[in-house]
Amino acid sequence: MGFTINVNGRDRQTDLPGTMPLLWVLRDEFGLLGTKYGCGMAQCGACTVHLDGTAVRSCSTPLEAVGPAKVVTIEAVGDTKVGAALQQAWLDHDVMQCGYCQAGQIMQAAAVLTENPRIGGQEAAEAMAGNICRCACYHRIGEAVASVAQKLSETQHA
Amino acid sequence: MPEIALLDRRGFLKVGALAGGGLTLSAMIPFQLGAGPTTAEGAAVPAAALNAFVSIATDGTVTIMSKNPEIGQGISTTLPMLIAEELDADWDRVIVKQADVNQALYGQQWAGGSTAVPTNWLPMRQTGALARDLIVRAASVEWGVPVSELTTEKGFVRHKASGRSTSYGDFATRAANLAPVDPATVALKSPDQFKLIGTSATPKFSAQIVRGEPIYGIDTRLPGMLYAYYERSPAIGAKLVKAELSGVLKQPGVKHAFTVAGNGNPNELVDGVAILATHWWLAYEARNALDVKWDDAHGKGHSSEAYAAKAAQMLDKPPVNIVRRDGDIDAARATAAKRIAAHYSYPFINHMALEPQNCTALYADGKLTLWSPTQWPQQGITSIVQALGIEESAISVHLTRMGGGFGRRLINDTMVQAAAIAKQVPGTPVQLILSREADTTHGFYRPGGWHSYEALLDENGRLIGFSNHLVGFQTNGKPVRSGAMGGHEFPAGLVDNLLLGQSNIDTMITTGPLRAPFSNAIAFASQSFLDEVARAGGRDLPTLMIELLGKPRIVPSPDPHRPGLDTGRVRGVIEKVMEMSGWKKAKRAGTGRGMAFYFSHMGYFAEVVEVHRQNGQLAVSRVWAAGDIGRHVINPSAAFNQVRGSIIDGLGQAFGQEVTFVDGQAQQSNFHDHPVARNTLTPQIDVEFVQSDHPPTGLGEPALPPVLPALANAIFDLTGNRIRSLPITL
Repeated sequence: MGFTINVNGRDRQTDLPGTMPLLWVLRDEFGLLGTKYGCGMAQCGACTVHLDGTAVRSCSTPLEAVGPAKVVTIEAVGDTKVGAALQQAWLDHDVMQCGYCQAGQIMQAAAVLTENPRIGGQEAAEAMAGNICRCACYHRIGEAVASVAQKLSETQHA
Repeated sequence: MPEIALLDRRGFLKVGALAGGGLTLSAMIPFQLGAGPTTAEGAAVPAAALNAFVSIATDGTVTIMSKNPEIGQGISTTLPMLIAEELDADWDRVIVKQADVNQALYGQQWAGGSTAVPTNWLPMRQTGALARDLIVRAASVEWGVPVSELTTEKGFVRHKASGRSTSYGDFATRAANLAPVDPATVALKSPDQFKLIGTSATPKFSAQIVRGEPIYGIDTRLPGMLYAYYERSPAIGAKLVKAELSGVLKQPGVKHAFTVAGNGNPNELVDGVAILATHWWLAYEARNALDVKWDDAHGKGHSSEAYAAKAAQMLDKPPVNIVRRDGDIDAARATAAKRIAAHYSYPFINHMALEPQNCTALYADGKLTLWSPTQWPQQGITSIVQALGIEESAISVHLTRMGGGFGRRLINDTMVQAAAIAKQVPGTPVQLILSREADTTHGFYRPGGWHSYEALLDENGRLIGFSNHLVGFQTNGKPVRSGAMGGHEFPAGLVDNLLLGQSNIDTMITTGPLRAPFSNAIAFASQSFLDEVARAGGRDLPTLMIELLGKPRIVPSPDPHRPGLDTGRVRGVIEKVMEMSGWKKAKRAGTGRGMAFYFSHMGYFAEVVEVHRQNGQLAVSRVWAAGDIGRHVINPSAAFNQVRGSIIDGLGQAFGQEVTFVDGQAQQSNFHDHPVARNTLTPQIDVEFVQSDHPPTGLGEPALPPVLPALANAIFDLTGNRIRSLPITL
């Protein structure tokens, strides 16, 4: 029996229990280690991945709930225009301290900006509020997201 | 890497050739830092030889070993920058590698007490300068021109007269065969020659982080590795009575389950049940099938309510232990025009580093190898030797990057647990990961405390007497870790009549250093109380502080290992933050402002918080921070990030952090009931550094303590509600 899920464009099979959170399937079965364990109860956002483009907390998403949805992780988000722009913005703004949450932050921001490239201000902050940065690099996370939003809206107008 | 030949007679320096040519340099430079840095506990760091590793490939690539644990404080940028500066390396062509643990080679390797900058400022630069000196002398021989005619820049040696300019890589092999000079005599740059120090050099690991590359402890992967969960008692440190493991062994993926006996030291190893499975979540889930009985009698009565009741009884009695007595507070009381008294308290809180505690261990052929996210690897090794009887020479440790530390990883219980588990399955690598819940309920908490303060004012509102009685905690008759008040606590040495005392409640709760240990707690209480005192004397807190400070001088600490308080530097940051925040101008309508100062870990910080009401809720609108960490801010981008992060961390502590206990069991378990600051708590924060003429010091901690009292003082200013207990409930 088992499950077949599409991760970063590739179908992958596993016989693991359907109740296992996607986080641990990615990490311990598929060796995709960029998705991080922080809380196990959708409180911190370190484990954020995309399911068909929507940001979800993989620690609280059972394997059996993934179905045919396309899973994208931090390892592949750089293949998208928004993902690559965010990764570069993170470097340009020297965002991080420990960096542990940043994969989840980038995944959250990528989903948010893909859905609404013009997002900004309070709305953008609220969209990112589920992601904890324990080092509290929030100013720079916000600035990096805003810079990408700015860039995206400029290209749209061009 | 193969090392050849050149070891000078004093054993200070080793030079060897890389396999493919090139230079590798490791310097052992003895050094001492005057009065000495303090550890996270306030004890002196033993003066030590320090080693650094520079290698230069023939293509000119410079590899610098980063010796200290990286927890997000940026040390893997800061220390290599010091080497690269004196080496005149091109930072863009520098590769930084995390060193394994080898204190014989690298000297002290730890992350605590904001000590890395003050202790390494000189030796790291000397290490870079020694490498540069070898390169320049090699070039001098090769070109047949005197050293005095050669200059260096960005990884090139230049000879102006002939117009030659050649990469370091071309001289590296020859340089490896030269004898290094005495580190004490090697020329160092004067500060006006710095090109890298004081610039926001790019951290080398950021690109890997944004791509999700596996560089943290929890990302360690070894062939055949199993994942472990370690089940402990609900009450901290209980004894295991019996465990029925047959149910666990039937669970999917489970390969082993066994009990582990503790050694009676909760800092090292407590009783538990190890469950090993093919995937961590399977090991974690299998714990539900455990049938286990604990003897948790030692925790009975160890409850937050019971502690508070005891503290209430003890607070206004004379302190059991006198920490410091100056003058005669009783006589001062008799003559005082005004007496102000208040009680303050703060709770136990937990670190909540985002990467849960973990360690990977392999025990094979009598040797133990660890991949450990630890702030203090040598201490972890010592703990393993003590707890498990493995010889130190049989233990090797690879340091991994850490998803935050905040002091939690100075305690190496997770390393010992991983080693104990691995020892029972020789040949199989094991990765132990604590669940967030276990990390929160088996913490090494910032201890709570209660303070009874008294201030005596003369008829002019001047402070003539001050007493501070801390009711804290003790285990085995000694104050708990990070819970002892020192005789230096402000305003000691600045008031004629002073009494600092401490009484303790017995506890079995484990405590430990948390970012700016003890300072993060007492700063709130003392600087809030002094705000009350200032107002009672018709002043504001900055005015009272400046009065107390008097002439610029060093007020020595009774502990000779702890640096004294430089009153001129205190005044410098207070005046700077007043200027930044427009303190003397009228505050903005609808806002309240509070100032506070604290000196910790050699850093001077004064901060102003502005609060306002937003839809009936209290909100922090702005924070201004003035810091004095000496004449050089080595990497400004990292420094501003560190200060802002510290301030938000402190605000997060104030708004909602508390661990409570019932019969020795922590009642909070995750971010939902022990919240840390989110991006909703991100006011505008202006940071400036007063670059006073002192050697640079660290920045991981000192910006945190003052924000809590500055916030409490601002809330009083706005609402008239004096916050005397944390967390703030409004």
